[in-house]
Amino acid sequence: MSQTIAFLPPRAGVLSQRAQIITDLSALLPDGGLVHEARELVPFETDAYVAYRQLPLAVALPRTTQEVSDVLRYCNRHGIPVVPRGAGTSLCGGAIPQPDAVVLGLSRMSAILDIDLENRVARVQAGVTNLSISETVGPDGFFYAPDPSSQLACTIGGNIGMNSGGAHCLKYGVTTNNLLGVTMVLMDGTVITLGGKHLDAAGYDLLGLVCGSEGQLGIVTEATVRILAKAEGARPVLFGFATSQEAGACVADVIGAGIIPVAIEFMDRQAIEICEAFAKAGYPLHVGALLIIEVEGSEAEMEAMLAAIVTIARRHGVMTVRESQSATEAALIWKGRKSAFGATGRIADYICMDGTVPLGKLSHVLQRTDEICTALGLRVANVFHAGDGNMHPLILFDANNLEKAAKAEEAGNEILKVCVEAGGCLTGEHGVGIEKRDLMRFQFSDVDLAQQMAVRYAFDPDWLLNPSKVFPLEGRPAA
Amino acid sequence: MIRHAAGVRMPLSLVGSNTRAGLGNRVEADMVVTSAGLAGVIDYDPGEMVMTAKAGTPLSDIAALLDANAQMLAFEPVDHRGIMNTQGEPTIGGVFLSNASGPRRLSAGAARDSLLGLRFVNGRGEAIRAGGRVMKNVTGLDLVKLLAGSHGTLGFVTEVTFRVLPRPETEATILLRHLDDAEASQAMAAAMAQAADVSGAAHIPKALANGISDSLGTANAVTALRLEGLSASVEVRVTSLAARLSAFAPVEVLDASTSTRLWHAVRDVAPLQARQDRPLWRVSVAPTAGHRLVAALRQHVEIDALYDWQGGLVWLEMSGEPLADVVRRAIASVGGGHATLIRASDHQRSGMSAFEPEPEPVAALSARIKGKLDPAGIFSPGRMAPVVRPKAGSMGMTG
Repeated sequence: MSQTIAFLPPRAGVLSQRAQIITDLSALLPDGGLVHEARELVPFETDAYVAYRQLPLAVALPRTTQEVSDVLRYCNRHGIPVVPRGAGTSLCGGAIPQPDAVVLGLSRMSAILDIDLENRVARVQAGVTNLSISETVGPDGFFYAPDPSSQLACTIGGNIGMNSGGAHCLKYGVTTNNLLGVTMVLMDGTVITLGGKHLDAAGYDLLGLVCGSEGQLGIVTEATVRILAKAEGARPVLFGFATSQEAGACVADVIGAGIIPVAIEFMDRQAIEICEAFAKAGYPLHVGALLIIEVEGSEAEMEAMLAAIVTIARRHGVMTVRESQSATEAALIWKGRKSAFGATGRIADYICMDGTVPLGKLSHVLQRTDEICTALGLRVANVFHAGDGNMHPLILFDANNLEKAAKAEEAGNEILKVCVEAGGCLTGEHGVGIEKRDLMRFQFSDVDLAQQMAVRYAFDPDWLLNPSKVFPLEGRPAA
Repeated sequence: MIRHAAGVRMPLSLVGSNTRAGLGNRVEADMVVTSAGLAGVIDYDPGEMVMTAKAGTPLSDIAALLDANAQMLAFEPVDHRGIMNTQGEPTIGGVFLSNASGPRRLSAGAARDSLLGLRFVNGRGEAIRAGGRVMKNVTGLDLVKLLAGSHGTLGFVTEVTFRVLPRPETEATILLRHLDDAEASQAMAAAMAQAADVSGAAHIPKALANGISDSLGTANAVTALRLEGLSASVEVRVTSLAARLSAFAPVEVLDASTSTRLWHAVRDVAPLQARQDRPLWRVSVAPTAGHRLVAALRQHVEIDALYDWQGGLVWLEMSGEPLADVVRRAIASVGGGHATLIRASDHQRSGMSAFEPEPEPVAALSARIKGKLDPAGIFSPGRMAPVVRPKAGSMGMTG
C-alpha cells in the first residue's frame, strides 16, 4: 500500500553526479565514514515504518560536529538532499531516504560528554541512546525522564527530532520539557549553540522550535538534557475493567480529581491477549480493558495515592486490582506494555496511529475507532498513554492482501479525522514524517501551514533537509 | 488593521495591559495596539486540565476561576508590578508573551511549557492557529514555543490555550538560616539530588532578608526549600529532607500559610522592590554558577542579589549604572547564560540592549525568522533586537 507514497522527484543532476559526490564526501569523511556500496546501504533503506523502503545515494557517518558541518556545507552547495538518521526507529518514516539523498547518520557520535550532578544536567552527543543516559547516572540516583518504548535503541538526536514522549511524560513531560541546550548544524554548515546548563532562552525560543522539527531545520550533534532524582520507589498497579468505556471514564475521573500518577497506560482486550502471549506479564485475561497505573514515592506516599485511585476505580466497576509484589513483577508489567508493538508485529502486519485527544473524549474516540474498524472488517488493538490522551490504535491486516491493506490505511485516516474533530491532533509523539504528511490539512488551514513553511525557509531556503517529509508536497511555496 | 499597517509600514507597539512596560528596549512605534479589550475565558474543563482564554483576559480573573476549581498555573507567573513600579492588571497574553515564570519553573517548567496552543495575527494580517489543546502534540513545527516569550515582536496574539495543574493539597518549607551564598548553593544542590520533589529552592542573603522579614521574623540569610502535595506525602518528605539538610544548618519547618507568603515574596522579588532608582537584572545561569557570578561581580561593583531556581535565577540589583558589559562578561566567565535588564532609567539604558545579544549566526537566524512572521517589521520594532530595515522586495513570506 504505502509504496504509493509520493516523494519529491529525484534531482537528475544529483543522480548523474553520484560518482563525484561519493569521491568528494569520502574525502571529507576519512576512516570509512562514507557508505556507498549497494549491499551496505540496505540497512538504511527504511526505518521502523517498514511499509516503504528505498536506497539512498550514500550514507555519511561523521564522527564530529565539524564533519557534520563539512558534509552539510558540501551538500548545500551542490543541491543534494540530506536525510538525518539516529537509530532508525521512527514509526512515521522520518528517517526513510530517497534515491538522491545522502543519509546523515549520527551513530558514531555516541559519547557522553559531561555529567554534572550538582546542576542536574548531562551533555551528550546526539547518537547516544536514550536509555544509556539513565544507565550512566542511575548509580548516583538520577535518571533521564522521557522514555519512549524504543529507548533501548533510539537516540537522543532522534528524540529531539521527534520531541519524543513515553509512558512517564504524564508527570515528567516530553523531550522539549527536559531539553536545555543543543549544538546544531544548519544546512549551510553553520554551527550554532542554543541554550546550555541554564534555563530558558535569551531571545526567541529557538530550542523549542527545533525540538520536534523532524530534521527539517538542522542537524543536532550535541544535547544538554535535564536529569532528575529518582523516586524512592515506584509501583505499577493493574486495574481490570469490563469495557474500554469504563476504563476511559475512570482515567478522566482520576485526572479530574487532581491525581496525577507517573503513568496511566491503557490496553484493550485485543492488546492484552497479544502482549500476554508474548511477555507472560501476568495480565488478567478475563477483562475487557486494563489500566496500568504507576505511582511513585515513599511507601506512605504510594499507599495514599493508590487508595484515592482505587476509590475512583470502584465507582467505574473495576473488576480486578493487582499491585506488583516485587521489582521483578513490576519490570514484567512494563515489559509487556513496552513490547506491545513488537508483539503485535509477530502475529500480523499493523499500522499504528498516534492521535491525541482531550481526556473527556477518550471513551467517544475509542468507540468510534471500534466502529470504523468493524465496518471495514478489520481487527484493532488499542494500547496507549491514557493519562495524556495519546492513543495508539494498532490496526491489524495482512500485507499480502492489498484490499485489506488499503482498508487499514483508510481506517487509520478516518480515526485521525475523529481525533482532530474531537479537538485533538494527528500525532502526539511519533511525528508526521511521510506517514501523516498528506493528512496535515485535516488539522491545519492553508495559511497555518504556509506560516510554518515560511519559518522553515528561514533555516533551509533550498528545502534540502528531509525534504519529502512533514509538509504536503502540493502547495509548498516556491523558494 | 494590521494588514493596513503592514502596507504603509506603520510600526505598532503590541502590548497587553502594559504592566511590564519597560521590559525590553525602547520601541519606536506610531501606535500602541493592546489586546486588553479581548477578554474572557472561552473554554475550561477542569477534568481535562486545559483552559482557553482571550489574550487580554486579566490574570486575576483566571487565577480566581482556577482557584475555585482547586487548580493553578503550574509555572507561578511573576508579577512585575512591584519591581517595575507599574499599574494595571496583568493579562494572560502578557504572561505567556513574556514567558513570566516564577519559583516553580524549577520543577514544573516555564510558561512556555504550559502553553499548548494559540491564535495570532501575523505581520501580513493573516489569522494563524498554532498548536492545539492537548498536552502531547508533535504535529508540525512548534510555533507556540517560538511565540511564547517573543514580547509582541512576532505576532498579535489573540487567544491562548494552556495546561493547568491541580493545586497541591498543602505545602511546607524547610528553612536553613545563616548560610552564605556558596553554602546555600551546596545545600540546594543536595536537596535537589534527593527524591523529595522540591518545588522551590531559593536563597535570600542577609542584606535582603529584611524584605521578607514580616513572614519570617529575624533578618538573617535564609535558604528555603518548598515541598508540595498530599499532606501525608509532604510530611514524609519534610522529615527525610530535613534529615539530609541538617548537615548544613539547624532546620526549621514553615507551615503552609507562612510558606505561601514567603514564596509570593520570592516570586515577586519583594526585597528588591523598594529602590526603584537602582537598575535590576534578571540573570539565568547554571544553578551552581549563580553565587560564583555574584562573587565575580563583587570584585568590581557593589550589588545585591537574590537567588531562585536552586541559585540559577539571580536577581541582580546594581548600586549605580547597569554596567551591561561587566555583567555579561561575568556571566560568560562562569559558564554562560543570559541577562535581561528589567528596571533602569531611560538614561541608564542608552547604548545597550536589554536582552542578551546573541552570537552572530543565532542573531541572524532570529532576524530571518522574524522576517517570516513580520515581513514589514511593524511589530514592536527594536523591543528585543536592533531594528533591521527590510530590503525592498522582501515583503513576501518566502525566500
